[in-house]
Amino acid sequence: MATVQVSEAEKVYILHGIRDDLRVDGRGCEDYRHMEVETDVVSNTDGSAKVTLGHTAVLVGIKAEIGKPRPMVANEGYLEFFVDCSANATPEFEGRGGEELGTELSNTLYKVFNNQHSLDLKSLCISPGEHCWVLYVDVLLLQCDGNLYDAISVAIKAALFNTKIPRVHISSDEEGGKEIELSDDPYDCMRLDVENVPCIVTLCKIGHRHVVDATLQEKACSVASLIISVTHKGIITCSRKVGRGSLDPESICEMIETGKRVGKALHPPLMKLLQQEESLGKKRQKVGFLG
Amino acid sequence: MAVDMRLPTVKNSMSLSHSAGDRKDLVVPGDVITSDTGFMRGHGTYVDEDKLTASVAGEVQRVDKLICVRPLKTSRFNGEVGDVVVGRITEVQQKRWKVETNSRLDSVLLLSSVNLPGGELRRRSAEDELTMREYLQEGDLISAEVQSVFSDGALSLHTRSLKYGKLGQGVLVQLSPSLIKRQKTHFHNLPCGASIILGNNGFVWLYPTPGQQEEEAGGFYTSLEPVSLSDREVISRLRNCLLALAAHKVLLYDTSVLYCYESSLQHQVKDILKPEVMEEIVMLTQQKLLEHES
Repeated sequence: MATVQVSEAEKVYILHGIRDDLRVDGRGCEDYRHMEVETDVVSNTDGSAKVTLGHTAVLVGIKAEIGKPRPMVANEGYLEFFVDCSANATPEFEGRGGEELGTELSNTLYKVFNNQHSLDLKSLCISPGEHCWVLYVDVLLLQCDGNLYDAISVAIKAALFNTKIPRVHISSDEEGGKEIELSDDPYDCMRLDVENVPCIVTLCKIGHRHVVDATLQEKACSVASLIISVTHKGIITCSRKVGRGSLDPESICEMIETGKRVGKALHPPLMKLLQQEESLGKKRQKVGFLG
Repeated sequence: MAVDMRLPTVKNSMSLSHSAGDRKDLVVPGDVITSDTGFMRGHGTYVDEDKLTASVAGEVQRVDKLICVRPLKTSRFNGEVGDVVVGRITEVQQKRWKVETNSRLDSVLLLSSVNLPGGELRRRSAEDELTMREYLQEGDLISAEVQSVFSDGALSLHTRSLKYGKLGQGVLVQLSPSLIKRQKTHFHNLPCGASIILGNNGFVWLYPTPGQQEEEAGGFYTSLEPVSLSDREVISRLRNCLLALAAHKVLLYDTSVLYCYESSLQHQVKDILKPEVMEEIVMLTQQKLLEHES
């Protein structure tokens, strides 16, 4: 993650502020920064979304390709994640500098989606054991200002909502082999049910309290963070501890409670926004990257 | 707890101050300024096939036979002697500190240019060199003045006055250097209850107004006492106001910051950074500034 230097006195100021529930920008400990979500920004993908959280900007593109299902689960499709930390975000990511962070982020995403209920993988099956849809989820970090996990998870949920997978028909040809036909109508497509897709909440422990959506300065004052992914029902699908410091089991319990509450409250406004954007249809003024 | 999610909107550039009849000569890199060869070329121009062409985006300034282009947006700070800067120590070297001031090169703070604690005036010894890190460490913030400019463009700073030195508790806001207005003094004690240092390099430091007992130790003693909640609120509000003004490219000086603070009092501190609230506050500020000038 990009790092900023903070002086001792600044750290003390931030610490005391969080203790009094008034952060440097006036937020409380559980408030998010201003977030902007837009879908369908990349035209040659099957689904895309761009999320801006404060100064953090993340772009997600999803492409659906036909592939062979995994041997253990023959009647399900699967997702492949790839996170690219572009050097646009910060000079530390130049060359191979962003690779470590990118693999860490994609491994976490694999863990988050590695369960039966996040996404209905059976709907991605075309013919069991032979063909299935593989969703390649590519995440691009455009700007880095703290709290990457949350922004990425919101963007993935929005992009999955926006994904349009073409409908296919299986027919057998003369020699008895299976042939896959795409329907002629370009608008005939299948949408995914993203109701149960979890959102990630990062909680940073600073002093004796924990904060949600930490900026880079606040991150420099914290020793450890807890990353949990929460569904709209408040169920946790994955949790990880990052950072060099240690966490007391009691504080982990408190942080999990806060994370569940905050994560549960993230889903309704997001779904409402996505549905509102969808209902605007062709009248929507696309902002894209030059807004 | 609040989550503010929305669809992005195209930002319209606000232009409240139309200076009628004041058409500036704006050029972009590559624009031909003149084909007349009688002019001397200044900064921001180059000669391309006998034509004077601009190399930066900005306005053309002509003084008799000299043509230069002044860039509109300076992303890096070009320091001059006498500028007040706020910087962060990046390195501790043999007899000097390297300070990051948002310029092309790190600025230099020589050991002989700082006031020793206690205010004594003596020759710096080898022991002083070894205890440099006790005075200023990597990551510390200082306020200093530019003493001179080296031939390669690096600035040489000094903190030889009691008002400069290591900064204590507060908030640093990093903005573009072109937004800070040049004034007689850059240290202000705002009536709303906080103090501000508007560094010429774009770094603005907000801190609680110190009491009467801060005069000893030549500026190296930092108080780590908790700041009161009311002071904290004022500082957070000022910080958000500065970001709002910077987003709308308003020139920053003590009056504009104060007007913006007063216009923002009706909103909650964390709401100031929402786009529509920012626009409203900045418009009120610009109106007040126009009234103040006329």
